[in-house]
Amino acid sequence: MTIAALNPNPLPAILPGSGGMRGALSDLFWRRPQVLLLLMLLPPVLWLGIVYIGSLFALLAQSFFSIDEFSGLINREFTLKTYGDLLQAANLDIILRTVTMAALVTLASAIVAFPIAYYAARYARGRWKALFYLGVMLPLWSSYLVKIYAWKLILAKEGILTWLLAKLHLLWLLDAWLSLPVVGGNSLSVSFTGTFIVFVYVWLPFMILPVQAALERVPGNLVEASSDLGASPGQTFRNVLFPLALPGIVAGSIFTFSLTLGDYIIPQIIGTSRLFIGQAVYSQQGTAGNIPLAAAFTVVPIVIMGFYLWGAKRMGAFDAL
Amino acid sequence: MRSDRGQSAPVGLKIAAACGLLFLHLPILLIFVYAFTTEEKSFVWPPPGLTTQWFAVTWNRPDVWEALSLSVRVAAISTTIALVLGTLCAAAVSRTKFFGRETISLLVILPIALPGIITGIALRSAFALADIPFSFWTIVLGHATFCVVVVYNNAVARFRRTSGSMIEASMDLGADGFQTFRHVVLPNIATALLAGGMLAFALSFDEVIVTTFTAGQQQTVPIWMLEELIRPRQRPVTNVVAMVVVLVTLLPILFAYYLTRDGDQIAGSGK
Repeated sequence: MTIAALNPNPLPAILPGSGGMRGALSDLFWRRPQVLLLLMLLPPVLWLGIVYIGSLFALLAQSFFSIDEFSGLINREFTLKTYGDLLQAANLDIILRTVTMAALVTLASAIVAFPIAYYAARYARGRWKALFYLGVMLPLWSSYLVKIYAWKLILAKEGILTWLLAKLHLLWLLDAWLSLPVVGGNSLSVSFTGTFIVFVYVWLPFMILPVQAALERVPGNLVEASSDLGASPGQTFRNVLFPLALPGIVAGSIFTFSLTLGDYIIPQIIGTSRLFIGQAVYSQQGTAGNIPLAAAFTVVPIVIMGFYLWGAKRMGAFDAL
Repeated sequence: MRSDRGQSAPVGLKIAAACGLLFLHLPILLIFVYAFTTEEKSFVWPPPGLTTQWFAVTWNRPDVWEALSLSVRVAAISTTIALVLGTLCAAAVSRTKFFGRETISLLVILPIALPGIITGIALRSAFALADIPFSFWTIVLGHATFCVVVVYNNAVARFRRTSGSMIEASMDLGADGFQTFRHVVLPNIATALLAGGMLAFALSFDEVIVTTFTAGQQQTVPIWMLEELIRPRQRPVTNVVAMVVVLVTLLPILFAYYLTRDGDQIAGSGK
């Protein structure tokens, strides 16, 4: 009491404040953590907000412009005409083809991914576990174009697959498959079958990782209990494993589906001349110069993925990510 | 006796898992064989002969060196920007709860969650609207945007494992905020940042879709390869470059795995 009365200044802190600009700043951050938080958030939010969200809005805005068919110039007035163009038979065809491919690729990825994920989750231990992890991560991270190129080498007419089938005396099977409508073609590298295989290959790791994460959480004794109670392996899979792995499969399908919807390089390099959404976007903005239509096309995967994510969230897929 | 240990997998499952892994790896290994083939015009298998002459031919191609130099410069600058932005964002999100926190994590993930073509064409149309000519920096702008998420993911995982009491102890012992950052926080998150940086570098080095929209006439390595895939000039050179690209991207991934193997998740997922 007396000390406080004698000293007109407020009580000093335990330690004197460190001097200078740096000390003052440091003290400010300590007293007002919100200032520090704001300063930390400002650069990333500004960058992503301006560069990314800004560009997305610029794109969205362009989809409501239209192109003048005679001059080829963009008419900057609000219209829904471009979205109307999307409903033309040729464009609807492109959308339908892409969605079908995405669905098939997702299904096949889930089937191929499951045994790998299940083995890694339930049986692999120690060094093998690490090996499986790297075995999935390395292909995931190795160059996307190199992977496509590798498949060009495999699927080409004179490539390794033809050689292998010739050795096995199964060339007639390849020829029969290639003569089928829609999925066939001149060679595998210019057919939908080829496009499909490469899509599955390139996105497969994106499916394995979440399925494995979901299966890691299934206790081993659940499977044993099921077989102790007399279920066959098939019944155990259907009634125990599959329902528990489903959120992981849905989570993986977000990637396989979305990536297939947007990709334009794979169908361009390995595929037929019939377009996918990504190729349509690319050619509309490039050679055709019709940015509004390209923008409207990109809205299609955004809307589809919006619904997809909404459904996936309801199935609890985000907990499996 | 515990029954959930030491069992071996059913044979069918072993075979299916092994086939799956082979399916993932054989195509990449194939690239290594093709880099040595003597065949120039087609993709003939098996290679009629093996040679190392294409390494010399590739070495003397100025266009390959130009693409490589552009790729490395873009990746280096993008990684630096992503390291700063991603770390700041991760520090803010992992330390405090605040309004809009979920929105910010979504904002960071979005550039990689939406298909690359959307990011690409969005940036391109924004450049067109703002009259920004294509340059080195337009490529960096796109790459840095989607690299943030990789650094962010690695940093967030590490921040969550770093105990807050260490920071408080440092402050109690009289260190100011900057000293605490320099001597306590930074050493703790350093390896996670290094791993995130390596993955960001690999991601940028490999990115093709966004780059096709933001590069104009410039060629990064993936753009160069894409060009070769559509209009092949000298196939053996492409084979050699493909092999080098595999090695250049795999080494950082392995190193990043090594740095974060006990607990942190590596990777941000996604092209």
